Amino acid sequence: MPNEPERYELFEAPPYQFQLNRRDFLEVAGFVICLTATPLLDAQTAAKPRARLAFAADGTVTVFAGKVEVGQGAATELAMAVAEELRLPVSKVRAVLGDTDLCPNDGITAGSRTTPATVPEARKAAAAHRGGELSPPPAWKTLGQSHPAQNARAIVTGRHQYPSDIRRPGMLYAAVLRPPSFGAKLLSIDPSVLKDKSLTVVNDNGFVAVAAPTSFAARQAVATLAAAARWETKPHPASADLFRVLKETATNPRENKRGDLAPAFAAASKQSRGTYQTPYIQHAPMEPRAAVAEWLDGKLTVWTGTQNPFGVQQQLQQAFRLSAEQVRVIEPGSGGGFGGKHTGEVAIEAARLAKEAGKPVHLRWTRAEEFAWAYCRPAGLWEIQAALDANGRLTAWDFASYNAGTAGLESPYRIPNTRTRFFRSDSPLREGSYRGIAATTNNFARECAMDELAALAGQDPLDFRLAHLDNPRLRDVLVAVAEKFNWKSRRQKPGAALGIAAGFEKGSYVAACVEVAKDAKSGFAIRDFHMAYECGAILNPSNLRAQVEGAIIQGLGGALMESIEFVNGRLTNGSFTAYRLPRLRDVPPLTITLLDRKDLPSVGAGETPIIVVAPALAAAVSALTGQRRRSLPLRSA
Amino acid sequence: MTVTINGQAHQLTTAPDRPLLDVLREDLGLTGTKYGCGEGQCRACTVLLNGKPVTSCLTPVRLADGKSVTTIEGLAPGDRLHRVQQAFLDAEAMQCGYCVPGMILRTVSLLEATPHPTDAQIIDALNGNLCRCCGYVRILDAVRRAAQQEGGRPHAE
Repeated sequence: MPNEPERYELFEAPPYQFQLNRRDFLEVAGFVICLTATPLLDAQTAAKPRARLAFAADGTVTVFAGKVEVGQGAATELAMAVAEELRLPVSKVRAVLGDTDLCPNDGITAGSRTTPATVPEARKAAAAHRGGELSPPPAWKTLGQSHPAQNARAIVTGRHQYPSDIRRPGMLYAAVLRPPSFGAKLLSIDPSVLKDKSLTVVNDNGFVAVAAPTSFAARQAVATLAAAARWETKPHPASADLFRVLKETATNPRENKRGDLAPAFAAASKQSRGTYQTPYIQHAPMEPRAAVAEWLDGKLTVWTGTQNPFGVQQQLQQAFRLSAEQVRVIEPGSGGGFGGKHTGEVAIEAARLAKEAGKPVHLRWTRAEEFAWAYCRPAGLWEIQAALDANGRLTAWDFASYNAGTAGLESPYRIPNTRTRFFRSDSPLREGSYRGIAATTNNFARECAMDELAALAGQDPLDFRLAHLDNPRLRDVLVAVAEKFNWKSRRQKPGAALGIAAGFEKGSYVAACVEVAKDAKSGFAIRDFHMAYECGAILNPSNLRAQVEGAIIQGLGGALMESIEFVNGRLTNGSFTAYRLPRLRDVPPLTITLLDRKDLPSVGAGETPIIVVAPALAAAVSALTGQRRRSLPLRSA
Repeated sequence: MTVTINGQAHQLTTAPDRPLLDVLREDLGLTGTKYGCGEGQCRACTVLLNGKPVTSCLTPVRLADGKSVTTIEGLAPGDRLHRVQQAFLDAEAMQCGYCVPGMILRTVSLLEATPHPTDAQIIDALNGNLCRCCGYVRILDAVRRAAQQEGGRPHAE
């Protein structure tokens, strides 16, 4: 089955079809004629510097990359890669990321691709400049060592400018009128209710927004407009009906088969069957979507928080009918992404307002907007049926996955007869990428089923997995985590509620062990959580450990407490007051084992560690309560 | 209104119900104080008001009249770092870093009241500060480090 890991990014219509106004159309028309008449602009494009490296007279080097820094450590890693190949101290190398005027287009910052794709590009450019070969990992002096984030001092002093911190001369602050419910259509508004003539109001084909000297004034103006707006609402399913909707709207599946299921099930000694569910969850980055847009001499510059600066540049070109040369997107390093900032709505909104106002405009979504109008991790539904022979060996595996996505669909275990199906469904909510996206949820369902099958076979779930695993790297992390956790002896202890899970994605391998115990207040508490992780040759051990810690704790959110709820087209928990997220008190004792494979290529590590958190916990909680847990979140009321 | 911000008196003429957060960021350019939710639930917007931590997103500017406000920019003079800032640097307690100014100011206030906090006291003080990168292991480490330092002396650069 061909993989399509980012399918959710590609199927959305542009967020706005602006009418703009007559003067704009004439300008656009004039520009198009100009483009056809003279190849001047094309020549400029070709001449534009897109060098990977720049060398300054003072001996410092700048590395340029179209990737962005959202806290995952890309900037420091790229600087380290160049320092390594140029034999320079890291302090002599600076990374400039995410600026469409300065950087090569390295594509979206997603799929853990910076490490396997962009770092090698930077190393090659530096090695070529030096006139030598790439340094082999055993000879590394800089890579493989821990280096702190390059902007750490700017962060602790508050000087780092996130997209929402950008200030431009004469800048206005904006707010947008949002529909009262999903799918609602604006019938009418009455701009005359706004008496303040200093406000800039845009009412363009469903996009209604205000820019004002302060964000307070802009929010007040939008509230006044909202009170007088008329909407046509649309029926919308409630989250209580979510899994029925996913099942009922499923279309013909994509299917991958091996062997023959029917005879295997007929000859089975034992069979298992289970239905698994994961709800929508939100990325909820600390910095909501934000953009500052400025038009100057026909050129649009937008500072914005996005994982996809070149994609946003294209969206701006499309929305305002501009050439690439007329749009510059700058991503100055933003406050979290986690797969949630692949789109450019806020950049387009700010640019539309700035065009109207003739001044730079700052727009930062509210937390409520970020919950309701950003996209969620897809909800998922699974039906899994499997068969064991008399020796407790898996003979048949029938895996049906609805809506979650196609990453991580295939089982890593040795099973002679399998059918893997993926069904697309009509999603009630807007959905898109997320850290690990479908690999996390497909792995949750699969590993829960493996735990049940081990019990059915009367085997230790570690031994049961190892008996069906050929992949040496996956075996290595399972064995490593089980040894460190003392799995075998802890299992002997009566009443011990343990869970184990494993998986691989994007070329890296992970396994986890956890113990839970009864807790009067929350039902259960995590005693300790162990993980072993392997992602090839480690580039920056300290940063890798931070990524793994963050992935585990973020994974605890999805596993234990997060679920987006909605009714009548509105979220009922779209706020930090109502939507529980992991906090300091939720952090269990963590033991992380990083396997450094200097003999293997380095791959990205921001995502994969998250994929084993929920199934390991579900297994432990099932052991504690004696009741199989097949739905997330595990602490749902 | 007169508000002393990072040691300097400011005469402010503005709508009294505007959040202190907006006035700091938009009128005074002190963008180190962050918007996270507008609900007082993530504490990215924490500042010290007469030395006590408040969520500036929920504090109308009129409540700061006649008082003193400390933001992350005013925590240490010039290019020096407050020992809590230094501890966050040493512990590498940041990923995206957006929550860090609020975390640091909350820690400053904790250590003033409780110079040698237990882990339970640290967790009580900082549980309200959200970090979506979930860098809590290092944040806890940073607070412990700051508590172990000698009190009050800012580190030289």
